[in-house]
Amino acid sequence: MISLNVNGKTYRVDVSDDMPLLWVIRDYLKLTGTKFGCGIGECGACTVHINGKAERSCTIPVKEAQGKKITTIEGLPQNHPVKRAWIQEQVVQCGYCQPGIMMQVAALLSESPKPNAEKIINTMDNVICRCGTHLRIKRGIRTAVQIAGKGGKQS
Amino acid sequence: MTTSISRRTFLKATGLTIAVSVTPFGFSLMNASAQKEGSFKPNAWFEITPDNIVTTVIGSSEMGQGTHTALSMIIADELEADWKKLRVKQGPASKEFSNPHPTLQPLQITVQSSSVRMFYGPLRKAAAAGRVMLIKAAASTWKVPEEECTAFKGTVTHKKSNRSLTYGQLCLKAAKLDIPKDPPLKKESDFRYIGKPMARLDIPAKVEGTAVYGLDVSVPDMHYAVFARPPAYGAKPVSFDEKSALQVSGVVKVIPAPMGIAVCAKSLDAAWKGRKALNVKWDNGALPQMDNDFIEKTLMEELDKPGSKAMEKGDARKALEGAAKKIKLTYFVPYVAHTLMEPINCTAYVQKDQCDVWAPTQGQTVAQLVAGEVSGLPPDKVKIHTTYLGCGLGRRATPDFVAEAVIASKVTGKPVKVVWTREEDIKADRFRSATCQRVEGGLDGQGQLIGWYHKAVAGSIMKDIAPQEIKDGVDIMSLWGLVDFPISPDENRILYGVPNLYIEFLISGLPVPVDAWRSIQNGPNAFVTECFIDEMAHAAGKDPLQFRLELLKERKGAQRVLQVAAEKAGWGKPLLKGQGRGIAQHHCFGTDVAMVAEIAVNEKDGRVKVNRVVVAVDCGLAVNPDTVEAQIQGGVIIALSTALKEEVRFANGGVKSANFDDYGVLRMSEVPSIEVHIVKGNEMLGGIGEPGVPPTAPAVANAVFNATGARIRRIPLTPERVLAAIKSKKT
Repeated sequence: MISLNVNGKTYRVDVSDDMPLLWVIRDYLKLTGTKFGCGIGECGACTVHINGKAERSCTIPVKEAQGKKITTIEGLPQNHPVKRAWIQEQVVQCGYCQPGIMMQVAALLSESPKPNAEKIINTMDNVICRCGTHLRIKRGIRTAVQIAGKGGKQS
Repeated sequence: MTTSISRRTFLKATGLTIAVSVTPFGFSLMNASAQKEGSFKPNAWFEITPDNIVTTVIGSSEMGQGTHTALSMIIADELEADWKKLRVKQGPASKEFSNPHPTLQPLQITVQSSSVRMFYGPLRKAAAAGRVMLIKAAASTWKVPEEECTAFKGTVTHKKSNRSLTYGQLCLKAAKLDIPKDPPLKKESDFRYIGKPMARLDIPAKVEGTAVYGLDVSVPDMHYAVFARPPAYGAKPVSFDEKSALQVSGVVKVIPAPMGIAVCAKSLDAAWKGRKALNVKWDNGALPQMDNDFIEKTLMEELDKPGSKAMEKGDARKALEGAAKKIKLTYFVPYVAHTLMEPINCTAYVQKDQCDVWAPTQGQTVAQLVAGEVSGLPPDKVKIHTTYLGCGLGRRATPDFVAEAVIASKVTGKPVKVVWTREEDIKADRFRSATCQRVEGGLDGQGQLIGWYHKAVAGSIMKDIAPQEIKDGVDIMSLWGLVDFPISPDENRILYGVPNLYIEFLISGLPVPVDAWRSIQNGPNAFVTECFIDEMAHAAGKDPLQFRLELLKERKGAQRVLQVAAEKAGWGKPLLKGQGRGIAQHHCFGTDVAMVAEIAVNEKDGRVKVNRVVVAVDCGLAVNPDTVEAQIQGGVIIALSTALKEEVRFANGGVKSANFDDYGVLRMSEVPSIEVHIVKGNEMLGGIGEPGVPPTAPAVANAVFNATGARIRRIPLTPERVLAAIKSKKT
């Protein structure tokens, strides 16, 4: 039995120790907002927060996530500046990669609330979007920074 | 028609429901709520219920192109519905949703950037009929003339007596009325939603992480299946260890099938472990020596073999013989992969007299046909539940993945989800075809283009899906942007006014499966035509913009977008050393697009950096301008990815590329600023999902020439290739 703390809830699941955290979250906890994109940590669709840091859940064996605080897209508050900015700026196309991208951005902004352009590009170079929403992602980040600056809730 | 109790119940339950029957000869409107119980019940395009909600039912697949929203906007506008009281629902597989495009009838299929432009007319008529019926219902309630009643934001009002009723209050009464045959349409100047940037209806759920894609489908007692697939084209299994696979805890079945060997299990983890234990040994396949060099060499050799005539105008050979100046150029575009962010997947449940398929599919009709064939059930017993698509790009219109899930479910008797890993998604992809093309062009003494002889070799999309469509060796699907389709209202041919043109085509014999990939072969073909035209302009000593404008005298749409793109980009203004500008235009799916790419080349390492792309697009009426901008930017970005990076690697007769670490796609630091200027000139509506792709790669290649003087007739423009071209120019 593995015990996991996800979005503030404790789950106990009967899975093998080496199962990637991603598949436990998706198939056992039924939190399907976290996506499978590559399985090797290259695309970022599976990004979740582990103790506040953006991590690729597809390459982390579930055992390593025990005892840590895990947050998925479903656990990011609805009024979070990133979620609000993503709707305001109409960032999304197919949307499949976006939960992971939003988790990446949320972690970036909690670490550096006003990232400069270089920091944004370096961080966002680690995720892939195939629809080509890159320019709106950048716009979304700027808007999220503004919303957060005006007292919008930060996780 | 008799009014029975059951019919009344039906009406109570549904309210006013408008359906439309689409046929190759047009469409007819139906009041679905007035259909007799037990008789043919058409599927609704929208319904209005007593809770005052308008539900639009969209048969097209939503893959990020915003079609659910755009089609709902058309209905809401013509119906005078309240946008806040509107819900959208994905429609089932049903005849009523078949694509009205003449080349796609009678398929329900979301391809060729066709949903908005094809459904615009029928949806407006259907919604106008609904509006007229609601007004009629209100007028008869109040016993006032219909002309004195107005509909606005989901309410009918009689101003004189200051009375109003909501659509919810009127829908049951309206449902009993006959449907008007030819209801009047609104004036374009009265549009409330169409033409305005509207927020997409699917975005909130996608941002919350609650939107359901194919991979998110969950059915009680669902099992999983993964396939061991041949590592080389044509490879057959020599041996496999079924016993070891079945010993893995959770594995329930091993199924040898035409596309590979399926391992079915209670969990995905167990299925993967079972596949490993299966330890399949394969033979060497059909062409074990095939790698990238072999592919390029083969395509070049095929280019020298006789092909079939695809089109002919004047006498190109004779014109070339008499030309004052001639050039002959060879172009190459490699295979590129789809790498949809949601890997290929499908869930199916075959029962005794029903088959359910949950699929991120672009093609409901073909999915239904294939599932019927594999399950042994008639197609009308197959229910297609279309989920959101994690990108489509044309790949999800081919139902191979549906067949896999249906096979696995049929054999195990369980609902089964088939999941492809990213490695399978790339290795077993049906790629955008590679193509090798040779173009000969001739100019007269005044620098006029008088002859164009074009020969193309490419894979055939139709070979696998509809071989009967290949006529005299010509697969028209490989010739997008070069030759017109016989029954299509769209113009697909080369639009430059050249008096003598000959196009020859040969289907490549390479065993690599190919399929549609955003803009189909318009992408590779426009790379060739637009780079070629640029070289001809240079040979004629003319400005590439002017040369194009002269050759497009009859094409006002193309001229307009070229002029707008050039003007907004500052065409002709000086640039710094090492920088360059390139221009290209292309017409496809009814839309004219032109763009200017501004780039910088690092002459030391050959790196091309695209700094800015300025696009002008004319799709007639831009139904949702915000989506038009997003789709054009997306098209440019994915095309830049092919221009700069993408090329599938092959080895030992199969695909060597495996994942995003060795198949690179464009990332944030490589994305330039992209300005989109919407030009409204064309009368007809054009598509928007794909036309951003074709002019992008040639605009960049032409800009590289402008910056360096080196012509590179092959993508991707990798640093090594650019460096080599610059060096060979200097020697």
